[in-house]
Amino acid sequence: MIRELFISGTGAVTPAGWGAAALLDALKHGAEILPTHLERTTDSGNPVLTPVLRVPMENAAVPKSARLRRTSPISKFAAAAAMEALGAERLAASLEGKLRVGVIFTLTNGCVNYSNRFFGEVLGDPSLASPILFPETVFNAPSSHLSAMIGSTAPNDSLIGDGSGFVTGIDLAAEWIERGDVDGCLIVAAEEIDWLSAEALRLYSRQLIPSEGAGAIYLEPAGPGVRLDLLPDPVPYSATARLEAAAAIRSALRGDGESHSLLIDSRTGVPRFDLPETRAWHDWTGARWSPKRILGESIGAAPALQVVAAVEAVKSGIATSAVVSATGSNQQAAGLRVRA
Amino acid sequence: MGLDFEENARGFRSGRSSFSPVTLFDVSRQRATTAGQVQLPPESRPTRMDRGTRMAFLAAREAMAQSALSGGNLPLIVGTSAAAMPLGEAYYRAALGGEGGRREQLGRVEFYQAQRQMTDMARLLDLSGRMRIVSNACASGANAIGQAFHLVRSGRAERVLAGGYDALCQLVFAGFDALQALSPSGIPRPFDAARDGLALGEGAAFLVVESAESAKSRGAEIIAEIAGYGAATDVHHLTQPHPDGDAALATMRAACEMAGIAPQQIDYINSHGTGTPLNDVAEGHAIRRWAGESVAGVKVSSTKSAIGHLLGGAGAVESAICLMALGRGFIPASLHVREPDPVCVFDLVREPREAELHRVMTNSFGFGGANATLIFTREGLA
Repeated sequence: MIRELFISGTGAVTPAGWGAAALLDALKHGAEILPTHLERTTDSGNPVLTPVLRVPMENAAVPKSARLRRTSPISKFAAAAAMEALGAERLAASLEGKLRVGVIFTLTNGCVNYSNRFFGEVLGDPSLASPILFPETVFNAPSSHLSAMIGSTAPNDSLIGDGSGFVTGIDLAAEWIERGDVDGCLIVAAEEIDWLSAEALRLYSRQLIPSEGAGAIYLEPAGPGVRLDLLPDPVPYSATARLEAAAAIRSALRGDGESHSLLIDSRTGVPRFDLPETRAWHDWTGARWSPKRILGESIGAAPALQVVAAVEAVKSGIATSAVVSATGSNQQAAGLRVRA
Repeated sequence: MGLDFEENARGFRSGRSSFSPVTLFDVSRQRATTAGQVQLPPESRPTRMDRGTRMAFLAAREAMAQSALSGGNLPLIVGTSAAAMPLGEAYYRAALGGEGGRREQLGRVEFYQAQRQMTDMARLLDLSGRMRIVSNACASGANAIGQAFHLVRSGRAERVLAGGYDALCQLVFAGFDALQALSPSGIPRPFDAARDGLALGEGAAFLVVESAESAKSRGAEIIAEIAGYGAATDVHHLTQPHPDGDAALATMRAACEMAGIAPQQIDYINSHGTGTPLNDVAEGHAIRRWAGESVAGVKVSSTKSAIGHLLGGAGAVESAICLMALGRGFIPASLHVREPDPVCVFDLVREPREAELHRVMTNSFGFGGANATLIFTREGLA
């Protein structure tokens, strides 16, 4: 990262509610959000029940757009977070062609609701499978809707990754801004759940609570905003074990005044998954939040919520700087630091 | 068409077509029943690699060998659209049928994930650099190469392994069939006036994108130079291009501007050319607007007529085809055309043609409006 970059907008949709303020409030107060149960009926008559943390549906909170009429929740979550991060003024400028806004969308699972429904129809009778569902199952459908909503023909990329992928998205956005391809960039991550993904997650551990939501930031080369202070290269697991990768990120993010800083980590509450981060950050002396302990495991959306929480914490004066550690499950360890 | 660069080059040069009935999954109730299937060699030992990653691995390994590389700290940028979808489909079927133990299902879920497959592939290739997986539908492979180009051009990386892949899978096949985008005849005829849709294919291609200084200093053979790259977003519709090809025009112009060349200097365009009524007309209009008065001399073909639409792998494979054409001196053909569409005011190449090429262009346009154009030149012309 060569030049200064600022995060001047954030947005979030989580089981704690719609908006970045609801996210900050939940983390600040250590809110307890009770899971509901997702029920799947089976041929045997015994339903499969999976505890999940869902976003409370508020139709009024979903931005109005023709593009969102036929979409599943992932696109609606992404749109709400993105529009909050962009703000009305920048949205208007983008629609008028006065601001080139890039869009980067990061995810792990994508549109599982429509994939589930469409493939079910295909197995039943492919000649009756809905042509409306299929396009929405494509990984980059949500990001396409975002560019359309803001009227931007600037670059738009969707990146697949694990629970650290949002940081890779920020790295790519920094490149675009550095090259002058865009004036600013929306980086958005979102996930939705249904039984397909929720039951899949529980195969890893019965302690994990599947969740959903979206996080978004607006990154630009000038302030005011919270400064993106440090963005080390992620450490991939192709050549480095997860334990060492987390330690390498910890080392890269080490700085002065940590006792006044806030660490927002990606621990889940399952010790065997959390071990790399627990060890890597054992000497952290500042405050520490673990959003997944409150909001559940939203996979690809989770690191975006960490970053949004870090920015909001600095903006609200909870800390002068905040560090994000995102130790993904099967790709890489990553992180960043933001500062007032 | 083949399992390596040489075999593919021979196939495209001779105008071979490679469609066959789909045997990977049940298509008996679909409108279309053929595709460009890859005949993979039997696995020497069991792995958890899915079909797509096996193709990606073969292509990536060949690219590295050609470039005399054996691993190292180079970034990996990969484009894919469906990733390991067949494993996701298997998980779904087993869950619904109450079949398979927890361990088997966990394996399907874990190895369904593209980043897991690509991490394992990187490990096998002894790569330790960072990784990006671009999923911009049918432009994914081209975008991956374009991103690699930018990383090297900006000095952020000396060399990058970049490419794309996709394997055939039931969900995507049925999806395109549901959209009535697949050719019921099974023979795609891009730019034919009576074209009736695309045929799907599968495959992978990877390139080592490296700075000229670095390649020369280690004595690597330089196959071609990347001269320009353009990317833009078409916000017209989720699945349909702007009828006049606005975003396609933007990426072709941007790539030319970056390369510092005029349309007349492009010797050949490997078009996106899917064979669907809307795509070919939009791309045809874009080429006409881009080339202006020189359009009649622009040589265009769609190699999807020979191997099908490789979706996330298309942009990378078609880039590799451009390198074959540049290096071997031929233009691959748009096969199966009986009567060109009136939009073809350019020179539609209907039979493979021997030609000395200096600068070639490839277009990739995807669902969601992801558009990309790459320009390759002979060494020293960029």
